Amino acid sequence: MVDVHLKGIVKRFGKTIAVNGIDLDIRDGEFIVLLGPSGCGKTTTLRIIAGLEKPDEGRVLFGDRDVTYLPPRERNVSMVFQSYAIWPHMKVYDNIAFPLKIKKFPKEEIDKRVKWAAELLQISELLDRYPHQLSGGQRQRVAVARAIVVEPDVLLMDEPLSNLDALLRVKMRSELKKLQRRIKVTTIYVTHDQVEAMTMGDRIAVMNKGKIQQVGRPDEIYLKPANVFVAGFVGTPQMNFFDATVEVKDDEIILDASDFKVRLPKDYLPVLQEYNGKTVIVGIRPEHIYPEGHAPTTAKKLSWIEGTVDFVEALGSDTILHLNTGSMILVVKISGSHHYEIGSKVKVALDLSNIHVFDKESQVSLLYKKQREVQSS
Amino acid sequence: MEESSIVKYYLRKIIIAGLVILAVLWVITPFVISILYAFASKTDYYSPNILIPLHYTLEHIQKLLDLGATRAIINSVIVAVITIIISFALGLPAGYAFAKFVFRGKDTLKLLIIGLRMFPILVIAVPLVTLYIKLGLNDSLLGVALAHTAMALPFVIIISSSIFAGVPKELEEAAMIFGLDRKGAFFRITMPLALPGLTAAAIFTFIMSWNEVFIASVLTLTNRTLPAFILTSAMAAPDFIKFAAGFIMIFPAMVFVFIARKYLITMWGITLK
Ligand SMILES: Nc1ncnc2c1ncn2[C@@H]1O[C@H](COP(=O)(O)OP(=O)(O)OP(=O)(O)O)[C@@H](O)[C@H]1O
Ligand SMILES: [Mg+2]
Repeated sequence: MVDVHLKGIVKRFGKTIAVNGIDLDIRDGEFIVLLGPSGCGKTTTLRIIAGLEKPDEGRVLFGDRDVTYLPPRERNVSMVFQSYAIWPHMKVYDNIAFPLKIKKFPKEEIDKRVKWAAELLQISELLDRYPHQLSGGQRQRVAVARAIVVEPDVLLMDEPLSNLDALLRVKMRSELKKLQRRIKVTTIYVTHDQVEAMTMGDRIAVMNKGKIQQVGRPDEIYLKPANVFVAGFVGTPQMNFFDATVEVKDDEIILDASDFKVRLPKDYLPVLQEYNGKTVIVGIRPEHIYPEGHAPTTAKKLSWIEGTVDFVEALGSDTILHLNTGSMILVVKISGSHHYEIGSKVKVALDLSNIHVFDKESQVSLLYKKQREVQSS
Repeated sequence: MEESSIVKYYLRKIIIAGLVILAVLWVITPFVISILYAFASKTDYYSPNILIPLHYTLEHIQKLLDLGATRAIINSVIVAVITIIISFALGLPAGYAFAKFVFRGKDTLKLLIIGLRMFPILVIAVPLVTLYIKLGLNDSLLGVALAHTAMALPFVIIISSSIFAGVPKELEEAAMIFGLDRKGAFFRITMPLALPGLTAAAIFTFIMSWNEVFIASVLTLTNRTLPAFILTSAMAAPDFIKFAAGFIMIFPAMVFVFIARKYLITMWGITLK
């Protein structure tokens, strides 16, 4: 139980910069998720926290203890490796018991804990097997069991559920989350599965190219993405993006996309005033575009446009429309199952209170920039 | 269509089996011949009508042992064991370093080590004898073992480095996370996993030392190892004594390989290269 602080962490491997200046404060007992695409430096960050890798720059603090140069065993961390790293010459039981044996737990206590962890991860009947007799998903669960039998200060998990089937994964997610709540261990959880990140994390740190793009609660990440990357990476189907020119009028702002114009209310004036005449990137999520008859009654500020149905994905629970508005495709998500004729014309409304505007150059959100400046000061 | 593919399948199997039998015969015939003749009675051996001897005797072996082969076998085992101990004590840490660490000059060093193998032993024999006389190592088993170590060391380093490289580094790292230091992780994780491969390397080293005749003959006079002993004493004797000598040469090596063999194939069901 400890708070973890990363201060200006940089890690290079030859010419590649795996981690490029990460600052992150993780609270005591928090469940934080590192989310990002493949190769963005998640594993490297985790390995630096574990002590398996020394950063080229920056410090790692556990509480106010500087652990940057301490070997792993002096940090009291526990880890699930992306490659599982369970020992092939030990039976499953001994793999799970190993950390306890090293820490000289009494025999009965070891037995009790191993059985408990095996039960939790549904591998009780595998305890007597060698790892090569297990499937990938079973090995992964052994790795998780081994990591949770000890009571570490910090629990590090590198995509611990990536190899499980969908059903088991959902179950394990909630089991792990419940366990973490109960033992209140500070947990750093790496994944590139956004659903996993949204459902498990107290907070999510979205990473790209060795940098943290945004840190926040799942709803903040989803509703107030700080830049184009976060907005595009989180949410399926992906957010719609299009370029538009800003025209500031007396009592309204017009976003002029080539196919249509969007009239924004005056509320946006403070952020968009200085962009008069310039091009910005506009983003709107598929579920914030409503076809006629599907607009929620709570949605007040709507802007109607028209398009032709290009393609329909009927998912059962949702219907995804691909609308051609002339020179671009807008993706629209409607909950429930609905029928649309391909080639037919459909009127849709953009929900203006859920619209995102980004700077064309820096790709930073204009709406949530101010807010973040307040937060970080 | 169906049928012809079945015929092809079996034809292929038969051809492969034939080739395997041929290869096995190729290897095994000299063994069988020397073993048969090592025990053949004198009369059977010289009888022109008998190809496979009918009467067997331990006489030849006994004669050789009486002549000093017993002592030579013991010497050979001692030399081989010392060679394994020293070459592993020096070679394993080097192999580990090559496998797990990145450092400057690594490739050059590796090349140099392999380069050592290119030195014909003939070239260094005379300087070695002079050096040994100065050091008081001439005609000693330790001296022979040191020379054999020099021959085996490059092999041990290169092989053990590839064995250690075959053990994923995460396995050791996991042990370090869960409370061991690097040394503990090595002995409890990497070492057991590398054991089958290292056993193979030990067998190879043993056989190399056991078979080595030139250096052993040059460096020793009274403390002969087995090959040196056979070269100097048995080669002047009748043929069946030579076969008996051949058998004595092969036999302990075969026993050693059989004992160690099971470690070679699989251990815990995994095979590490
Ligand atoms: N030991 C290493 N040597 C050289 N480059 C490395 C090493 N480890 C990582 N990298 C590089 O650093 C970058 C970050 O790697 P990292 O493993 O942290 O990514 P990741 O976010 O965990 O990706 P994934 O989701 O695929 O596991 C990658 O470009 C990778 O190629
Ligand atoms: Mg990774």
